[in-house]
Amino acid sequence: MKSKRFVLTFPPEASGEPITYNLIRKFDIMVNIVKADVSPGHIGHLVMEMTAPKKVLEDGMEYMRQHRVECVPIDRKITYNKDLCVHCGACSAVCFAGALTISPQTAELGFDPEKCVVCELCLTACPLKLFRIDIG
Amino acid sequence: MSQTRSIEEINDKIRKGKAVVLTAEQVAAMGRESSPSEIAQKVDVVTTGTFGPMCSSGLFINFGHTNPPIRMEKVTLNNVPVFAGIAAVDAYIGATETALPNDQYGGAHVIEDLIAGKDILLQASAKGTDCYPRTEVKTLINKDTVNEMFMFNPRNAYQNYNVAVNSTSKIKHTYMGTLLPLLGNATFSTSGELSPLINDPELRTIGIGTRIFFGGTTGYVAWHGTQFNTGKPRNEHGIPIGNSATLTLIGNAKEMNTQFIRAAYFEKYGVSMFVGVGIPIPVLDEDMAHRVMIDNSRIETNIIDYGTPDHDILGRTNYQSLFAGEITINGKKVRTAPLSSIKVARDIAETLRREILSGNFMLTTPVEYFKKTKGLNCLDIRL
Repeated sequence: MKSKRFVLTFPPEASGEPITYNLIRKFDIMVNIVKADVSPGHIGHLVMEMTAPKKVLEDGMEYMRQHRVECVPIDRKITYNKDLCVHCGACSAVCFAGALTISPQTAELGFDPEKCVVCELCLTACPLKLFRIDIG
Repeated sequence: MSQTRSIEEINDKIRKGKAVVLTAEQVAAMGRESSPSEIAQKVDVVTTGTFGPMCSSGLFINFGHTNPPIRMEKVTLNNVPVFAGIAAVDAYIGATETALPNDQYGGAHVIEDLIAGKDILLQASAKGTDCYPRTEVKTLINKDTVNEMFMFNPRNAYQNYNVAVNSTSKIKHTYMGTLLPLLGNATFSTSGELSPLINDPELRTIGIGTRIFFGGTTGYVAWHGTQFNTGKPRNEHGIPIGNSATLTLIGNAKEMNTQFIRAAYFEKYGVSMFVGVGIPIPVLDEDMAHRVMIDNSRIETNIIDYGTPDHDILGRTNYQSLFAGEITINGKKVRTAPLSSIKVARDIAETLRREILSGNFMLTTPVEYFKKTKGLNCLDIRL
């Protein structure tokens, strides 16, 4: 079994095919939706973790491609220099995935890599330029 | 209104180790259960703090004379141009200055590197005069080789500031950080109940000569700040809505600490500088006690649309909501994030509190108080 995270991008003129439903029913892929931003007439994004044997995952990805759904694996990760961080919060402003947050109690920056969708907005948003991207 | 104590009485208590000093957060929490009268009786001084990007900052420096001497006319430090249109070897490093418009290293970085004790490349040129014959200089300087380096910031410590959002369909890169499209986020840059001028909204205790915590050392209020505006509408708690009063600050940068002065680069906007400022507020009477008790729920500000040219006001919110992480704009829930560090603001308020308690920091009576203003002039395009 292989578990991997993907960013799915749906075209505005999506066919209406129930992609996620079919990944589960037809391919028996275990799906865990991490983040969803889909609305009719707009480009939609879905971040999800898929768990299945390698061959099944490949079939599922091929099925998505046939329906013009872009499927990009997340195999990069974000790191930052904690020692130099001033906890200003500028990175948390752009982190729509909620991975970077300022604690209301300690006022310190926290980073939850599990929630990170590697959108890379924090790389430019940080005024101290403390973020790096690691290619996994 | 009965005066409960004078600055001199407070300083006497500090000298005797008997002063009660609390941070603005501590007194705001205390204010939920105590009356202004009780706080005026118990508390002598309240310490504040802020650590946000403050573009209107810079540093005067005197390099010392070479032999033969030079009247420096064009000067760069680590290739960043600095203003040398003053006496022979004096210059002013503007925090936002860069060599090229998109450079991510600028004056603020030079200032941070100087404070850190690093060597800086100085290059200067001049036409040469009878009294200053040299025409070129290229050498390394650092904070131990120069005569003076003092920070002089014309506009710091804004009393309140706007919340920034972006209603357009495109991402906006601003001095208020990256604003996501369609009200995707909201940023703010004030330390709320910890903010220095919020705790003395009428500037009853702060004026020219006020001793402050500045960049890790002792500094002073030199003047009112540029764009000083006491004419902004106020809420029922006496807090101006949006940006209003400001301060010009001065302090010895040789004694500063990069924990409290940090260079910043805002994407597609430019270079700025995080500046740490803390001001002690003497609790002279019940009125001041009432002021320093202010908490985030009672400090309000405007929500401004930085996507539109006129910067339309979309509503009003308070800092309790802003710090909680979500506000509502036109019925839509919008995520909020600070740009000014509450973590460092707390460190500043606590450092200042300890300095006062240890007897190392005495309070001052201003040499002169600031006059009220009615508003700001706009620049008319007359040609």
